[in-house]
Amino acid sequence: MSLLGNLFRSSVGRKFLMAVTGFVLACFVTGHLIGNLQIFANPDHINGYAHFLQSLGPALWAVRGVLLACVLIHIWAAVTLAMENYAARGGQRYDNHKWLSATVSSRYMRQTGVVVAVFIVYHLLQFTVGTAQAATFKTHLPEYTMTESFHVMGIPVVPAGAKVYDVWSMVYLGFSNVWVSLFYMFAIGLLTFHLWHGIDSMFQTIGWRNAKWSNCLRRVVGIFCLLYFLGNIAIPGAVLAKVIHPPANTAAAQVCPASSTCPYLNANLK
Amino acid sequence: MAKLESKIPSGPLADKWRKHKAEIKLVNPANKRKYEIIVVGAGLAGASAAATLSELGYKVKCFVFHDSPRRAHSIAAQGGINAAKNYQNDGDSVFRLFYDTIKGGDYRSREANVHRLAEVSVNIIDQCAAQGVPFAREYGGLLANRSFGGAQVSRTFYARGQTGQQLLLGAYSALMKMAGQGAVEIFPNEEMSDLVIVDGQAKGIITRNLNTGEVRRWSADAVVLATGGYGNVFNLSTYARGSNATAIWRAYRRGACFANPCYTQIHPTCIPVSGDYQSKLTLMSESLRNDGRIWVPKKKEDCKKDPAQIAEEDRDYYLERIYPSFGNLAPRDVSSRAAKRMCDEGRGVGETGLGVYLDFADAISRFGEAGVRERYGNLFDIYHEITNENAYKTPMRIFPAVHYTMGGLWVDYNLMSNVPGLFVLGEANFSDHGANRLGASALMQGLGDGYFVIPYTIGDYLASQKPGSRPKTDRPEFSQAEDNVRGISKRLLAIDGKEPVAHFHKRLGKILWDGCGMARTKASLEKALQEIPALREEFWKNLKVPGSADNLNQALERANRVADFLELGELLCLDALEREESCGGHFREEHQYPDGECKRDDENFAHVAAWEFQGEGKKPLRNTEPLNYETVKMSVRSYK
Amino acid sequence: MVAESSTSTISVTLRVWRQDGPDKPGRFVVYKATDLSPNMSLLEMLDVVNNELESKGQDPIAFAHDCREGICGTCSMVIDGKPHGPHKGVATCQTYMRSFADGAVITLEPFRAKPFPVIKDLITDRSAFDKIQQAGGFISVRTGAAPDANSIPVPKDAADLAMDAAACIGCGACVAACKNASAMLFVSAKVGQYSLLPQGQPERDRRVLAMVASMDDLGFGNCTNQYECSAACPKLISHDFIARMNRDYLAASFRQALSPKSAAASGGA
Repeated sequence: MSLLGNLFRSSVGRKFLMAVTGFVLACFVTGHLIGNLQIFANPDHINGYAHFLQSLGPALWAVRGVLLACVLIHIWAAVTLAMENYAARGGQRYDNHKWLSATVSSRYMRQTGVVVAVFIVYHLLQFTVGTAQAATFKTHLPEYTMTESFHVMGIPVVPAGAKVYDVWSMVYLGFSNVWVSLFYMFAIGLLTFHLWHGIDSMFQTIGWRNAKWSNCLRRVVGIFCLLYFLGNIAIPGAVLAKVIHPPANTAAAQVCPASSTCPYLNANLK
Repeated sequence: MAKLESKIPSGPLADKWRKHKAEIKLVNPANKRKYEIIVVGAGLAGASAAATLSELGYKVKCFVFHDSPRRAHSIAAQGGINAAKNYQNDGDSVFRLFYDTIKGGDYRSREANVHRLAEVSVNIIDQCAAQGVPFAREYGGLLANRSFGGAQVSRTFYARGQTGQQLLLGAYSALMKMAGQGAVEIFPNEEMSDLVIVDGQAKGIITRNLNTGEVRRWSADAVVLATGGYGNVFNLSTYARGSNATAIWRAYRRGACFANPCYTQIHPTCIPVSGDYQSKLTLMSESLRNDGRIWVPKKKEDCKKDPAQIAEEDRDYYLERIYPSFGNLAPRDVSSRAAKRMCDEGRGVGETGLGVYLDFADAISRFGEAGVRERYGNLFDIYHEITNENAYKTPMRIFPAVHYTMGGLWVDYNLMSNVPGLFVLGEANFSDHGANRLGASALMQGLGDGYFVIPYTIGDYLASQKPGSRPKTDRPEFSQAEDNVRGISKRLLAIDGKEPVAHFHKRLGKILWDGCGMARTKASLEKALQEIPALREEFWKNLKVPGSADNLNQALERANRVADFLELGELLCLDALEREESCGGHFREEHQYPDGECKRDDENFAHVAAWEFQGEGKKPLRNTEPLNYETVKMSVRSYK
Repeated sequence: MVAESSTSTISVTLRVWRQDGPDKPGRFVVYKATDLSPNMSLLEMLDVVNNELESKGQDPIAFAHDCREGICGTCSMVIDGKPHGPHKGVATCQTYMRSFADGAVITLEPFRAKPFPVIKDLITDRSAFDKIQQAGGFISVRTGAAPDANSIPVPKDAADLAMDAAACIGCGACVAACKNASAMLFVSAKVGQYSLLPQGQPERDRRVLAMVASMDDLGFGNCTNQYECSAACPKLISHDFIARMNRDYLAASFRQALSPKSAAASGGA
């Protein structure tokens, strides 16, 4: 078989593809989280950052293309492998079955994977395409005027005074909806669970895991997942718990004054 | 009367094999694929023979009753394999290995065969190492050795306590390689049930498929039996439950001579029997005797006491006392008999009184518990698993158990039986161990026969057969044999008595253990010779085998095997009765020195007794092949 | 069938999977086993039950067994949901009745996996393993062609690790325990043994590619890195060998695609 044949047809090859695409996606969600944590800083940060990403144009689309390909390959491999696994077990199931060593997260990869996939679709509709919760989508909100310039690696990429989309408000308003936030937190929880087994498993699939350091690896992955989870739920958590308030120059401040609840969204969602 | 021509080549001992190889006939390479060879069994001997013969170009069919060739009981050998490599520079040589084996066999084996075995031993290690057998290594990357089974040089190669497994898997991998190429066809779950003889030559077999019950005929230019020993005739043994004598026994009934059936080996270090339900005895590696000390209480009344309560001066370290120079490392037959004597004196320990202590207290005080664990941890674990006792705290209890059979079908120097075209390898033949086998020699013989002897010697026979002359399976000899096989199963199913097979096997085992076990007397043998035919008669009247012969029927499988054991057991006793001497594993109480050692009678019994079947209900004929010692002088085997 | 041992006896209830043939339907049948010595092995207990069934003219429970000392790999069956029973690192034949409480209900099922069809009752056909071996589970060395054993030094650590892998008894518990019926532990143990030894290097790439392809063709499932296999393994073979095999397989795939090959390779006199 050819290299591509080995990778796309054999069991080990497809698992390798899952591991590699999983790795890319895990890197992406980590980077995404770090970017999003700028919500806790001055809105200049996240809005400037978003504007910078948008301005990349073809590069942005290339990255999106790669990510989409990864998601599709990851799901394709998962589905074909899972179907084979089901068939391999045979018609007659065990009457009495005990788990011996499998971690809890590993037992529900399919279920967590499906919920995460649904979540990704919703997430994209909400924050990238703008069809879910359209009223608070960035294009429907007043533009934001940068108070300071935004730097990437010391290079100013978005100057002060530039008019940019108000992503800060979009996120704030989006998460002001309790149900959206709870779904988001639930989905993130499952994604974390998925990553918990996935990242550890990736090392095994690529062949970089052994008893000498697997305990260490397991802990590092566990800590990473915990941080990832806390970082992610911090954003809707902070919105719901009113730890952060919209600064006056944001669109959110106009619809949701900091001192009151935000009836805006709930009304619009109905 | 069978013709027993040993075909031992002339000339000096050390040159015989080389000379023989140069002189025997060869088969033209282009003709090899025209010959079909049947190999029955895929243990060390069978797998190595099947693989090697197919490498040479012969078409090979390999039959095993197991579900895979990797399951043969060779896999259970723990200790190691001997080879005269002299990697330790401790004075080992081919001659010394030969001499030790001859002496260990109590001068009842053929010099020429044993010397050849010692010669090929070095090739075996090369072959196995090249196959990827993970032998124990030293830090420098070279092979490690240990001294084993009473040898005074370190010539035993080993792979942890799983040497047999690793060697078998090596041979199995070679067999699988050839099977993958289509050069060997493997037939698992296919038990040989009869041998087909056409015009006086072995030309085929009849098998029964154990999964489907189908009985099939197979023809070939030659038949190789590598079906192991017959120790399960004793019911309780260290053999696998499935090990059986059916293939060799039915070959015997077709005219192959059965040599020295009374030479059975009782291994000294097994876990004692705990109850009536027991199906199997577990061996504890002999290596334990390197550091453990064997003792029984001096006083009978101490036997039921907690061993910790028995004072040092009240313990009898009997092996050290009787055999000061070999001590706890005395050969298997010697140590087994000594244990039996202690128990006969009423000084056995454990609930049944059939056990002696193997004590590691000294070793623990020398190396610490951790040191002992490092050496023998897995064995202590096995012991704990089976007995639920912690041998670090309290001494192990051990007792001898049937372990190996030196006897088997008679073969000449070419490993061909007196039936032309029927070759017998490994434990199934009688050839190399005389009256007693030394530790780490069985693996050597199995692989030696399969890798390095049969590939040469079978050619000598095949060269005399016209290519493509093997008979068709529609000949009357095949139908007669097939009818015979079907007939036996049919008769067994038709008995419709009351007792299960296990009932008769147990009773047979008891008769043999009591009458023809570690020590035999004229009276005990005569008693057994009365009891076995009676038991056989009862078997054929009161056995109950449910089900049919047309599908998987484990009760029928066992019934077939036990039916053969019931005949073989009688031959075993008969041979033991007529061999009026003691030698190696065959100990006749009438023939012993005052200190209880074997007293051989070289004048009258320096020969192989090869029994020939004379027909149902008739006494078999005892043929003899004299053992001519040209190099070694027969002497009293002493381990004091 | 009273045990000789003076210790008290126990009684258990067995729920045994009975199935007449490969394509026949199966069902659980309940048997009582009474007055058992705790020192009896589970298989000896089945012997006792079978003796009774046989003498009543009933079909005994078919189960696979042979050496009864945990090395031949013949015995199988899933005992109370775990291949080879409750204890770690032992085979079914090394499971003793003292592991069960008096009055316990013990469920005995065959290894269940598509590539291991049931032959009868608790016996399954594991010949798929032999087929995987035939694909590449060997080092090609013709008898007689081997160099002196000490001409190929093997570092002790490599030899020891290879021995860990080589301890596999080919019982199939890894497949039985895996929710995907994957044979990765079995295959990787063989691949690992040879890839660790210098003798195995010439065929290293061919071997791993061929054995994995054969494993896939035979319908085994895929590894999801849950390590049920190593937990059920009677020889405690580590799933580290699976990681090693994955690495070997990928490296071999890339090497095969990217490294140059002699155009004349197929020539010869």
